[in-house]
Amino acid sequence: MIGLDTLVQGVLLGGLYALFAAGLSLVFGIMRLVNLAHGDLIVFGAYLILVVVSVLGVNPFLAALVAAPVMFALGWLLQKVVLNRTLGDDILPPLLVTFGLSVVIQNALLESFSADSQRISMGALETASVDLGPVTVGVLPLITFASAVLVIVGLNQLFYRTAIGRAFRATSDDQVTASLMGIRPDRVFATATAVAMLVVTIAALYLGTRANFDPSAGPARLIYAFEAVIIGGLGSLWGTLAGGIIIGVAQTVGAAINPEWQILAGHIAFLLVLLVKPRGLFPQGGGR
Amino acid sequence: MTVLSLDSVSKSFGSLKVTDDVSFDVPEGQALGIIGPNGAGKSTLFNLVTGNILPDAGTIRLNGRDVTREPAMARVRAGIGRSFQIPQPFQKLTVFENLLVAATHGRAARERDMRDPCAEVLERTGLLPKANAEAGRLSLLERKRLELARALATGPRLLLLDEIAGGLTEGECQALVATIRAIHAEGVTIIWIEHVLHALNSVVERLLVLDFGRVIGLGDPAEIMASREVREIYLGIEI
Repeated sequence: MIGLDTLVQGVLLGGLYALFAAGLSLVFGIMRLVNLAHGDLIVFGAYLILVVVSVLGVNPFLAALVAAPVMFALGWLLQKVVLNRTLGDDILPPLLVTFGLSVVIQNALLESFSADSQRISMGALETASVDLGPVTVGVLPLITFASAVLVIVGLNQLFYRTAIGRAFRATSDDQVTASLMGIRPDRVFATATAVAMLVVTIAALYLGTRANFDPSAGPARLIYAFEAVIIGGLGSLWGTLAGGIIIGVAQTVGAAINPEWQILAGHIAFLLVLLVKPRGLFPQGGGR
Repeated sequence: MTVLSLDSVSKSFGSLKVTDDVSFDVPEGQALGIIGPNGAGKSTLFNLVTGNILPDAGTIRLNGRDVTREPAMARVRAGIGRSFQIPQPFQKLTVFENLLVAATHGRAARERDMRDPCAEVLERTGLLPKANAEAGRLSLLERKRLELARALATGPRLLLLDEIAGGLTEGECQALVATIRAIHAEGVTIIWIEHVLHALNSVVERLLVLDFGRVIGLGDPAEIMASREVREIYLGIEI
């Protein structure tokens, strides 16, 4: 059952890519901001969790809980102080500023932690597996995928069941009218980025525990995130999960044929979807 | 008490003066109509009052407080509700959600406390059957009603209506006028920009005429409409 096993592993890998992409999708869906530093923020989050694990000697899951409010505050400040100033009709300023931010984060991490690759140890969980009949899957990939689904469900609940979610959608729809209803778009955007950074923290946890990472690992994660978001349809959270799964399956199938084809297969799948459905599988204006 | 007071307010876009030394007061509970040809600066005047744009000169006071430099969201919370000439609902939100957002943020209240007031606004504006419809799928009349409902949801002391009767059939217009009259009867101060003059004159107690950004008439609607200058400006427009 190599074929089924490959597909299952691909789907589970897709969960990780969906986690990379969900924050990007959230921010783009609300404020049409393409954050080129998204991958570097994930890597920054992984280093932060690594530091917490090292200093406090706690489990990585607990360390992520400690890192989450720090990342939330960082996201809020980043948007309020820096990124809000770049938003407007011209799409170039946010691209330039987040590209610059990406360079700054990479160099700061390089100065602080060197270029050596790191990994956050999960102990016995790293090798634990469960037998699901025809396939055996790792517990950690399973937890990663479940986390991705929970994140998407949680974000959808936030969007459609809460006051701040309605403010997200209203501001995304029409910023000027939203301000005439008493909404402060700058605060809404800051909150959105702060929430996205919570998702980034979860993505960072699984990035750091499932693979080696170093200060230059961000841009590749950004590309996977972009591909997942674009395949799913810009601004669509469930589409982002589907996009992640498509890339994950393409990569594992590519790797099963020839290990050198893993990354290439993911990019080819992305291009094929783009050819057939240029606006993605589930294009939407809002965040659903 | 004066709800809104404009004192020598001016605004230019480049070399074009769109609001030229405009001054007027609106007492509490009054309905003021604003008329003028297209391009007279009527909607710009609303944008200045709501804080969408800031004046180059002059002072805008709301309930006696200088709000000239305050942002739009602060003015909403101070009691200004506005409907747009071209309806601008939050398209992806349901009708009820449109009101919830306006009420929650416009009144700085908790969402759960705003559910009942929003349901009441939906009922009085005839939108209750459409509460769960996506706003982007509404008809023109329903969108106009939603504009009114959303402005009311913010709990305004001053309601600004921008050509809300435009594009409606006579029957639809009558129904909307009845709703506006009922709102006014409850003591809400209204400023209404409108080209459908019979609808406007059936509600307002005072009429202001704008032309090239200047106030050229302000007073009793019958006297204003009888003036030669106003008739000349409106030549070609059915009165």
